[in-house]
Amino acid sequence: MTAPDSTTPAFPALSGRKYFMNFPVTDTSHSLEAYKARGGYQSLHKALTSMQPTDVTKEVSASGLLGHGGAAFPAGRKWGVIKLTDGEPHYVCMNADEGEPGTFKDRWLLEHVPHLCIEGLILASYAIMGRHAFIYIRGEFDLPYRRLRDAIEEAYAAGLLGENILGTGYSLDIVLYRGAGSYVCGEASAMLASLEGKKGWPRNRPPRLTVKGLYQRPTVVNNVETLANIPAIVGEGGEAFRKVGLPKSPGTQMISISGHLVRPGVYEIEYGYSWEKFIYEDCGGILGGRGLKCVIPGGVSTKILDANELKGRTLDHNSALAAGSQIGSGGMIVIAEGTCMVRVARVIQRFYHHESCGQCTPCREGMGWMERILDRVVRGEGRPEDIDRLYHISNANDGTTICSLGDSAGYACSAILDHYREEFEYFITHGRSMYDGSLTVEDPFAAVGATA
Amino acid sequence: MIKPTSEKMQNIQHLIPEFERWKERYPSDFTGSLTIPCLRRIQEERGYIADSDIDELVAYLGVPRMQVDEVIAFYTQFTREPLGTHHLQVCHNLSCSLRGAEGLVGYLCNKLGIQPGETTADGKFTLSTVECLASCGTAPMMMVNDTYHENLTPATVDALLEDLTR
Ligand SMILES: Cc1cc2nc3c(=O)[nH]c(=O)nc-3n(C[C@H](O)[C@H](O)[C@H](O)COP(=O)(O)O)c2cc1C
Ligand code: SF4
Ligand code: FES
Repeated sequence: MTAPDSTTPAFPALSGRKYFMNFPVTDTSHSLEAYKARGGYQSLHKALTSMQPTDVTKEVSASGLLGHGGAAFPAGRKWGVIKLTDGEPHYVCMNADEGEPGTFKDRWLLEHVPHLCIEGLILASYAIMGRHAFIYIRGEFDLPYRRLRDAIEEAYAAGLLGENILGTGYSLDIVLYRGAGSYVCGEASAMLASLEGKKGWPRNRPPRLTVKGLYQRPTVVNNVETLANIPAIVGEGGEAFRKVGLPKSPGTQMISISGHLVRPGVYEIEYGYSWEKFIYEDCGGILGGRGLKCVIPGGVSTKILDANELKGRTLDHNSALAAGSQIGSGGMIVIAEGTCMVRVARVIQRFYHHESCGQCTPCREGMGWMERILDRVVRGEGRPEDIDRLYHISNANDGTTICSLGDSAGYACSAILDHYREEFEYFITHGRSMYDGSLTVEDPFAAVGATA
Repeated sequence: MIKPTSEKMQNIQHLIPEFERWKERYPSDFTGSLTIPCLRRIQEERGYIADSDIDELVAYLGVPRMQVDEVIAFYTQFTREPLGTHHLQVCHNLSCSLRGAEGLVGYLCNKLGIQPGETTADGKFTLSTVECLASCGTAPMMMVNDTYHENLTPATVDALLEDLTR
């Protein structure tokens, strides 16, 4: 059976500037024709006919664009490291691995605006004078892959890729590369190892990837959403882009929101939007009329914030940092009152244990150990010393591992312990959850009797 | 470029023209990169990767055998054993768990009479639990072979299984 092509539902637009969700999605709105009718590829034309590669980087630097892959690194600064006259090939790799739990916005971009992503990738490649570019897409993606594959072929056929693009003398080939199931391959150096046909092991820096990256050549890795911003920046200019959003958070953020929420989905917000209005009004509030317990703001690797910490906050980098967390990948997970946080922690830790690549001792040993402890607590066999031990293992990963998977797992776990220590103590003392132990508010499978 | 000798390439001979076409968009020295795409293509056809496939791929690409073995072991989508005709992969990460993934797994276990990691006796279904598939807003969900099935309920699961059994 072939299911209908699954695409994320569209909701009424939020107020504020939009770079992505600014047209009605239809069965054909992802095509080259539709994209061109919306002004697509005009920025590419502008850059190739009237700008030097360094001018493109200058505009991106002026825009203040911050990376959307999780670390919010300034895109212009990353590109600026590449020495255009070093005589080496330079590569741009678009990171479409989207594996951070809670994040599904790149999927929206790839499904609905594949040409915008491609135009951004061509512009980035032009800026660093690349002849070949790569898109690393997670192996499980099916529709996003097909949309991207078809869009690339459309672009080749229209003279927007390949030799002598738009007759300007600039040439670029794009390799669309599918992963094969690995979260850690979303980490930039692991991704490049995977692109070289190897297992996806992250590596230590220095040397930076912009110095020695893919096949030892200077390489820029950027997230899908980061690159999808480039056509607008080239089109309207860096200064104009900088005026959107907030000074320290220019532009917009694609938020994927999920969990105990009436209207989960993908939303584009202009930085500075009210966090509470977003959750309670735009997303319809919490399921079952419950209160909000907490939010994981930017993928499970960011620290949890409770309902109080969100009061009066805006959605932007400074505000999230001031609250003690991060915007991260924009993957927001909403958790209702009455949810057992011990079991939440266990699900998260099971994930980290599964995905640790095993190179670093604190991560390899620590992830499994933490999962075993949490498993034991959830079985009602927790021991009083378990809480301290979880903290201890979390701290042992801080700054001691090659990539930030180990650190993030530690931060995520200790943030949950900091906020909800009494739930862990209760579970350990009484051998059962302080609540009903459930993770769901409305469980479609509850009535048919399952494992619970 | 390595010229494959036909008698050694019984399994992958017919795929080689396709592999050669892929090379046109790669920089010249990128043969090793083809390891993962070639393995994906081989598995797409056979359903798993056999020892003889690996021998032939090593000869064709000129990469170390060890590298290919490591790659197959590292990535969760590769398998050295045949799986059921329909591979049901249920996401059990956080967002899906908040929306009923555990119940979905239990429901499938009951219906199929197997546990995650197992295949039904008739070879039709393999059940697995997997980590986030970037479908968190439409949870609970599962992937059946290549296709995402989202916002699942007992009724939609019943209909889907019936369709697949037919
Ligand atoms: C374990 C791990 C997983 C990651 N997964 C992703 C991912 O799926 N997508 C992504 O864009 N960045 C991911 N990153 C971040 C990348 O390493 C890299 O910083 C990012 O792609 C750079 O793009 P940006 O500067 O445009 O944000 C991950 C990092 C780590 C440590
Ligand atoms: S921190 Fe964990 S995932 Fe990252 S390189 Fe070390 S072992 Fe691998
Ligand atoms: S948590 Fe299940 S798809 Fe993301």
